[in-house]
Amino acid sequence: MSEPAKDAGKNAPKKFLYVNRKAPYGTIYALEALEVVLIGAAFDQDVSLAFLDDGVFQLFKGQDTKGIGMKGFSNTYRALGDYGVTKFYVEKESLQSRGLSVDDLQAITYEDEDDEYKEKPSIIVVSRSELADVMAKQDVILSF
Amino acid sequence: MKFSILVNEGPYTHQASDTALHFTKAALAKGHKVSRVFFYNDGVNVGSRLTVPPQDDRNVQKAWSELAEAHKLDLVVCVAAAQRRGILDESEAKRHGKGEGSANLAPGFRISGLGQLIEMGVESDRLVVFGD
Repeated sequence: MSEPAKDAGKNAPKKFLYVNRKAPYGTIYALEALEVVLIGAAFDQDVSLAFLDDGVFQLFKGQDTKGIGMKGFSNTYRALGDYGVTKFYVEKESLQSRGLSVDDLQAITYEDEDDEYKEKPSIIVVSRSELADVMAKQDVILSF
Repeated sequence: MKFSILVNEGPYTHQASDTALHFTKAALAKGHKVSRVFFYNDGVNVGSRLTVPPQDDRNVQKAWSELAEAHKLDLVVCVAAAQRRGILDESEAKRHGKGEGSANLAPGFRISGLGQLIEMGVESDRLVVFGD
């Protein structure tokens, strides 16, 4: 990360990355991270999400929480596009080591207002080294 | 440099709130600013005045309260995370009908929303996260 520019305008958006490393249930990290993302979306910053380690399970499709008596929140990820959160970086190595592929994840899309509101995928599968490059470009990284 | 600090784990089970305290002290000693410390996840438990650690152990809440007083630090506990875990100030305790004297927010801490976390990320040069 480079030194922050001294004359950076107060209104220039910063690049925020939320790093999701934990399974959706078992601990509260995924849910409380999502609550930060939802509030943060109102601040007009440049927001990205990263999913790695067991965090890739947060996007697993067909989740059913009835058996554990908890409120499911996996649908909320699909609504984030409407809040301008459209970059979901998923680490390939984390998927592979858990026997998963992108087909095991729920489809998440957004409407690109700069391209005639075409529906585009939000999920971007990246290698570990590509994710490192994404992280290196951020101003603020919040890790959960 | 202007730092802001995020504490995501509670005291004693995890070292994160101790390490954040040491980092904050070191930054201030070097002449840096610490614009805000935000407590989230189990980190909100640092803000309970009811913890009673053994006398020969450090008192994490007290150390933060004293540092806040000495340096006019802004210690913010997330309201939603705090309510889940039973950390209440006077007005929250009253609002939720918890009875007189049940407020347990420690001196030097205040309860506010997640917007304060995003705001400190926007306004500081570096946001440093202490967690698991």
